[in-house]
Amino acid sequence: MNFSYYPGCTLKTKAKDLDKYAVESAKALGVTLDEIGEWQCCGGVYPVAKDEIATKLSSVRTLVSARDAGKDLVTVCSACHNVIKRVNYDMQHDENVQLKVNNYAQFETPYHGETNVLHYLEMLRDVVGFDKIKEKVTNPLTGRKIGAYYGCLLLRPSKEMAFDDPENPTIMEDFITALGATPVVYAQRNECCGGYVTVEDKSFATKRCNAVMASAAEYGVEELITACPLCMYNLKENSTDHQLPVHYFTELLAEALGVKE
Amino acid sequence: MSENTNLKESILRTSGVNPKKCMKCGKCSGTCPAFDEMEYHPHQFVAMVEKGNIEPLLNSKSLYYCLTCFACVERCPRSVEPAKLVEAVRLEVIRQQNQNHLTANDIPAKLDSEIPQQALVSAFRKYAK
Ligand code: SF4
Ligand code: SF4
Repeated sequence: MNFSYYPGCTLKTKAKDLDKYAVESAKALGVTLDEIGEWQCCGGVYPVAKDEIATKLSSVRTLVSARDAGKDLVTVCSACHNVIKRVNYDMQHDENVQLKVNNYAQFETPYHGETNVLHYLEMLRDVVGFDKIKEKVTNPLTGRKIGAYYGCLLLRPSKEMAFDDPENPTIMEDFITALGATPVVYAQRNECCGGYVTVEDKSFATKRCNAVMASAAEYGVEELITACPLCMYNLKENSTDHQLPVHYFTELLAEALGVKE
Repeated sequence: MSENTNLKESILRTSGVNPKKCMKCGKCSGTCPAFDEMEYHPHQFVAMVEKGNIEPLLNSKSLYYCLTCFACVERCPRSVEPAKLVEAVRLEVIRQQNQNHLTANDIPAKLDSEIPQQALVSAFRKYAK
């Protein structure tokens, strides 16, 4: 199993663990992730306005690299995934964006959203299979009560992300079960952590994260997992009430597969 | 009035939203995690843009508290997509000259040792052109 891989800026700096454990766990599962050459920052947030073109070009270049390599594209960071997946949706469905991007970029072969974009969790679920992962677990996380923090970006808008049921997702809980741990569903698992508004007003992120942590604690969660460096930051640095430990999901995967040094 | 009509048309064009689809159920505002922080709530953005009453929105801090979490988009029973209107109104402000809400000079005071690059890149995309 061989994929093009887009790590993104934060995975090379503040979120090195998210990247490292993703790559090492993939190896243990027989999956090769080929990092795209000369990738550029996705921009962090999907440009929502209809007339945004230039802000989508870096994502399109990534998508074209994967297409030209003949591989599906795997992302890990929730934000990069949201941006790249939605830009790909535009390249499939929005004629204005298609036309302007292709006219500007002049790729050897024009691009119309041919690349299949998978989040790492989707790769685990749909390509490797959670049953297969279960077989490869050498260090089951038995007895650990883990809450999945989905946040916003993996799930919404569901029409474009097509990741899971946006209100009752199961993919991360199934992932937790495959690792031998006990998933705990709690009310705030798909509500926002405060995101980039922490730059505008840190106290608002604190309020959001306290709500998430309180909800998780109330349902008996003992630790949280996330796929997003910004959720990680907000939950770890901006929560003031309950402070449950927060891990990247890839770290737990590496631990269960026995490849975390 | 004609300036307001242009503004409304511009917002409708950049957002791709049709506020006439709104049935005023309030679900968008009921689910909005920034409700307490916003003086105008998502359903009010929809109604006020539709009426051409846009000036108060342009000057509101609500523009900088929307998380783009898309809860209002996902949960609106009429697919109105209020978050796209909030975005378009904010762009009317920051796309003007010298109206960036965040500048590089603001950053040092906001840094801590753990803040991820993603937060800063995203904030610049949202708050500056
Ligand atoms: S949820 Fe949709 S229909 Fe209901 S008030 Fe908000 S925009 Fe209007
Ligand atoms: S996208 Fe903005 S307006 Fe909509 S629910 Fe989220 S914070 Fe509220």
